[in-house]
This record gives sequence, structure tokens and C-alpha cells, in this order.
Amino acid sequence: MADDERTKDLAEYCLRLGDDRLVLGHRLSEWCGHAPVLEEELALGNLALDLLDQSAVFLKLAGCLEGCGRSADELAFFRAVSAFRNLLLVEQPNGDFASTIARQYLFDVFDLHLATSLETSTDRDLASCAARAAREAAYHVRHSRQWALRLGDGTEESHRRMQTAIDDLWTFTGELFESDPLVERLVEARVVHDPQALRAPWHDAVRATLAEAGLREPSEPTLRSGGRRGMHGECLDRMLSEMQSVARAFPGASW
Amino acid sequence: MSTPTSADTQGPLWEVFVQEEGGAAHVHAGSVHAPDREMALQNARDVYARRGRVASLWVVESDSIAATAPADRASFFESAFDKIYRHPQFYKVPRGIRGL
Repeated sequence: MADDERTKDLAEYCLRLGDDRLVLGHRLSEWCGHAPVLEEELALGNLALDLLDQSAVFLKLAGCLEGCGRSADELAFFRAVSAFRNLLLVEQPNGDFASTIARQYLFDVFDLHLATSLETSTDRDLASCAARAAREAAYHVRHSRQWALRLGDGTEESHRRMQTAIDDLWTFTGELFESDPLVERLVEARVVHDPQALRAPWHDAVRATLAEAGLREPSEPTLRSGGRRGMHGECLDRMLSEMQSVARAFPGASW
Repeated sequence: MSTPTSADTQGPLWEVFVQEEGGAAHVHAGSVHAPDREMALQNARDVYARRGRVASLWVVESDSIAATAPADRASFFESAFDKIYRHPQFYKVPRGIRGL
């Protein structure tokens, strides 16, 4: 594979990793001032900051590899919704607290396995960014798992809300392990691992947590995808118009 | 450490002790609400270990702490004030020794 093609592929791949974190981090930041208790307010804020920080690193890397001089800020605030490459799962609205925790847990388990696998990438920059993401994901998964257990195995109402959240979000989990020609080329170059290989460990972990929480695993539904191709829900459009409004109203402003 | 007068809907209170890196003692940092030990540790981490270099955290349920009352002050502590021979300041401490 020609080097410039691989660089182009890797730029796009970093964009995907960066967008997942940017969108989920922003979603979590929407909880500011609304969390159920003060301690969780800070926990969600910490999570959001971890993810936004990771996204800045991956988007910067994407911008460098792309070679058009776009900074992480330009990528975050001056792209249209169709240019975003995040998973559909992470753009789903916060809903209630159970819904936020379900979205977070399903992503965190995936993220931990993905980031850990990328630590052995033949691309050094990617591997070092992934190492840091993996360390943070290990805590994220601990936090969201503990909440998932408590909500699932809590009161009748928390159980009902948690089950509904899992049922609603399950349809977006197939996309986590999808491959496409770009990923296949990177797998061949040993830059990334086959995403299919992450499915079994993800499923084992999630299944164990659902069982422990007394939650039912949804039956295999029609799985939805398209995020990696820029086909997003209207919810992302609304989120971005708010997220990008200040940067677009005052381009180049600093503070 | 005291029974809340108004209904506290946020679960039990836990006292948080933070040890900074370098083998220092665990120092009381504050308190958090949490339903159980694991969540108390996580909440303590998110509230008190967000900045700075922390090596270890302890949490203990506030109810488990026995504390002196303000009225105990005289009988517990004041008799020590005039017994200077109990103080170890007559010894020379070698330079460089910290945390004694």
C-alpha cells in the first residue's frame, strides 16, 4: 500500500476516534448543572473532560496527517454534520440518567477494548494516544458499570428505566464492530486490529453486567449504522448547531 | 457524623482521606454522599482526586467515627496544656527528618 494512501486512511481513522470522543464528551457536558447529585455532577464533568481532551489529541493527529493545515478546533467547530464520523451511539440524546449511563457503559466497554488493542498499533503516534485513552477508559468503565448495576438492581423504577435505555440503545451497538474497506486496509497494514475481534470480549463483559444487574439482554434487533459515512440523526445536527455556535460567531477568537 | 435534621435523600455520608504521593499520612479532605463503599470511593476520586498527585484514598462511613463533643474539651485536652515535660521538644531532631 502506498504511503500516502495509508496516511490518508489513518487521518480518516483518527477523525473517527476524535469525533466519537468529541460528541460523547459534549453530550456529557450537557449534564452540567442537571446531575442527580453533586458527586455525580463532578463525575460526569470529569468524564466529559477526559473525552474532550482525548478528542483534541486525535483530531490534532487527524489534522496533521491530512496535511491541509486544519487544527483540532477547525475540525471540531467548522465541519458540517455530514462530515462528522462518530458512531450513532454516542450522538444519542442524554434522555434520563439511566439512558446516559447505558450509553456510557456500552461505549466504555467498547472503548476500553479498542484503545487497548490500538496500543500495539504499528503507528507510534496512534499507539501512544491510545495508551492514554485506555488508561482513562479503565476508570470510565468502572464508573458506568457500577451505576448500571445499581440502576438495574435498584428500585422498580430505576430497573424499568435502565431496561428501557438498554433496549433503546441496543440497535446502535452493531456499528461498533463494523468494518469497511478503509478499516480493512489498516488491518492489513497492522495499524489497527479487526474490529470484529472486539465483539466477543465486549459482548461477554456486557452480558455479565446485564445478568448481574438483573437486566434482560435485548434480542438481536435490526442494527443501525451510517455514522462512519456521515449519515447522522437529526439529534447530532441540533447538538452541533449549539456546540459550534460560539466558535462560528467569533471565528479565531481567543480567551 | 451527626444525624441530618432535614431528610437527606442522597444516601449515607462518607469521610474522605487522601494520601499524597511520597508516603505522607492520609489526611482528611472532606466528605461525599454515596450508597455504598465502592461508590463512595469513586465519588471521593471524582471530588477530591481530580487535581494533584494522589497515591491512595480511604473512605469511611461518617457514622463509624466516634468524635469528642465540644463539652469534652476541658476534661480531655486541657490538662495537657501545663505539662511541658510531655512534649518532645527537648530532643534534637536530625536535619532532613520529616513527618516525625
